[in-house]
Amino acid sequence: MVDVRKALRIDKTGVARLGKVVSVAAFRAMNIHEYQAKELFDKFSVGSPKGTVASTPEEAEAAAQAIGGGGLVIKAQVHAGGRGKGTFKNGFQGGVHLVDTPVQAKEFAAKMLGETLVTKQTGEAGKLVRKVMVAESVDIAHEYYLAILMDRESCSPVIVASTEGGMDIEEVAEKTPEKMLREFIHPLAGLQSYEVRKLSAGLGLKGAQAKAFGKLLVNLYKLFLSCDCSMVEINPLVETTDGEVLALDAKFGFDDNALYRHPDIMAYRDTDEEDPREVAASESDLNYIGLDGNIACLVNGAGLAMATMDIIKYAGGEPANFLDVGGGATKEQVVAAFKIITSDPNVEAILVNIFGGIMDCNVIAEGIVAATKEVSLEIPLVVRLEGNNVAAGKKTLAESGLNLITADDIMDAAKKVVASTK
Amino acid sequence: MAILVDENTKVLVQGITGGFGGKHAQLSLDYGTQLVAGVTPGKGGQVFEHGGHKVPIFDTVEEAKAETGATASAIFVPPPFAADAILEAVDAGMDLVVAITEGIPVMDMMKVKETMKGSQARLIGPNCPGIVTPGTGPDSSGGCRIGISPGYIHQRGKVGIVSRSGTLTYEAVWQTTQLGFGQSTCVGIGGDPINGTSHIDCLQMFNEDPETEAIIMIGEIGGSAEAEAARWAKEYCKKPIAGFIAGATAPPGRRMGHAGAIVGGEEDTAEAKKAILAECGIEVAQTPAEIGTALAKAAGW
Repeated sequence: MVDVRKALRIDKTGVARLGKVVSVAAFRAMNIHEYQAKELFDKFSVGSPKGTVASTPEEAEAAAQAIGGGGLVIKAQVHAGGRGKGTFKNGFQGGVHLVDTPVQAKEFAAKMLGETLVTKQTGEAGKLVRKVMVAESVDIAHEYYLAILMDRESCSPVIVASTEGGMDIEEVAEKTPEKMLREFIHPLAGLQSYEVRKLSAGLGLKGAQAKAFGKLLVNLYKLFLSCDCSMVEINPLVETTDGEVLALDAKFGFDDNALYRHPDIMAYRDTDEEDPREVAASESDLNYIGLDGNIACLVNGAGLAMATMDIIKYAGGEPANFLDVGGGATKEQVVAAFKIITSDPNVEAILVNIFGGIMDCNVIAEGIVAATKEVSLEIPLVVRLEGNNVAAGKKTLAESGLNLITADDIMDAAKKVVASTK
Repeated sequence: MAILVDENTKVLVQGITGGFGGKHAQLSLDYGTQLVAGVTPGKGGQVFEHGGHKVPIFDTVEEAKAETGATASAIFVPPPFAADAILEAVDAGMDLVVAITEGIPVMDMMKVKETMKGSQARLIGPNCPGIVTPGTGPDSSGGCRIGISPGYIHQRGKVGIVSRSGTLTYEAVWQTTQLGFGQSTCVGIGGDPINGTSHIDCLQMFNEDPETEAIIMIGEIGGSAEAEAARWAKEYCKKPIAGFIAGATAPPGRRMGHAGAIVGGEEDTAEAKKAILAECGIEVAQTPAEIGTALAKAAGW
């Protein structure tokens, strides 16, 4: 996957003043499939090739029939890049294929659906393909790059465009920064016609193509605002030999904070594509991110949770997760958190680090005791409690008869938890 | 002295009738804060009572300000209504608006930020623990507490603290209290990507504050605010600074709890930020356990 933010950063140090371009919200927390992106494009009249999603070989055949014409493409729908060069575990090569007939579409779909695709981004486990998209394949005259991002520094949306589409945009930004166009959009005034004309001229578009590009961009900007996107990236945006301007491939990022007002986009969430530990955590309203290390941690507050991961590493261990139980965690949430972190087979020890400002340390202590009754804990548990009602919390733990290691401060805790795994 | 607020600051709470806002209004009253009004649309005329205090509730910030002389507002309004609440406080002419609310859509904050341009009001947050200027009473009571910080961990003293994270602020406060340095003012600027007050704003204010003798700056991955503040400090700050950056082990591209805590590129990693801080003469604590001792080293205490 292309990291446009990184690309722009490199560009910034390269030539003109660009402002730091960092997309502001999560990327992987809420991903959508290609066919869902196509649905959004259709809804906002952003031109893209005709296409239909299919869950069975028969549906793929019917979709190909409906689209008609000879040149079609069939694509596995998974949340991972590098599909074209991927390999299925059944030995079938490639998650993207050109097909000529509906029957062929059916055959290819049969080889992909229900099979696991491994790409450079999926890891060895690969991703199970549950759907394929059948789309018309278009004849390309030229490939462009077009993205809209929320820029953290200027606190405004920025449109980025380049004539060098279809390529690694980081490389374009690094080698030919003058080919990266950008336009910062006023937060209240919105996209102006002259800004569209500037970009269009910058891309060298004329006549009907300039008009088609302008229409697409205006609609794409509407989509960006209406859906509370943090990023929409089209790479490539193509001019076809018929003179159409179409979005061929797209990547979306949404602002998690705004999803409450977009039930339609929430419905796009595909939990099959997510880390099951993270799905379980979100059900209990816990802020959890799974990692590969051997020491799990349970912390209150995002900053302290990050810092706890850091100090585990500093003490010679590897963090197994990020987990913020929040400032108002309940006993039930603590129990749920323990279940999630102990379900990870790599975890060899657990560190609980609580600075109870307002949070009652005894609530955490009771949660730990309750959790160990439900989950048989066979690995070392190090607990550091500090702050509000800490005496009661320590007493609860001491009286529980639990075999745990107590620590006085964060450093002490980190050293003890790392030592317990050696 | 101290910055932004002191024991005389009159505070109102927008969202005082909500569970969260109400609880923290009580804690602020217990701390001795001059909490003079509450605002909840539709509940004007009611009274918020706690421990002998009777705090009048108004329908609008404008009325509350006119009746009570409040100059600072704490916002505990749920995310869908928070941007409106911030702008209402700004429109009413509040000097300081502290938005505690977590989860405000970025597009809403983008509009708030633009609308506030040229305004006299200062916004702190959103998604922040708030601001505390400790008092001189038992457990630092008698001070001004706006937000959700635990009051009792503070001690009136000579360290100014600015941080994006709540719990890491508490760690730094606690350590400086344990070491006997105390704090002039502690500002949590919040973990969102678009916020009202930056690290650099706070460094500038601490630099001018006679009571502040040294500064702790706590940051995290994502964005360039810490690096800019450090570069400013190298040039202009007369006072010793200790810093800490969280997120060295955060995987790229993942949002670490705070909406703004995400590594986008090489320059906003923890290591890159730490290096910039160190280059700018800031004493960088390698772990959160060493923030207090790093400050002692920087200040020669």
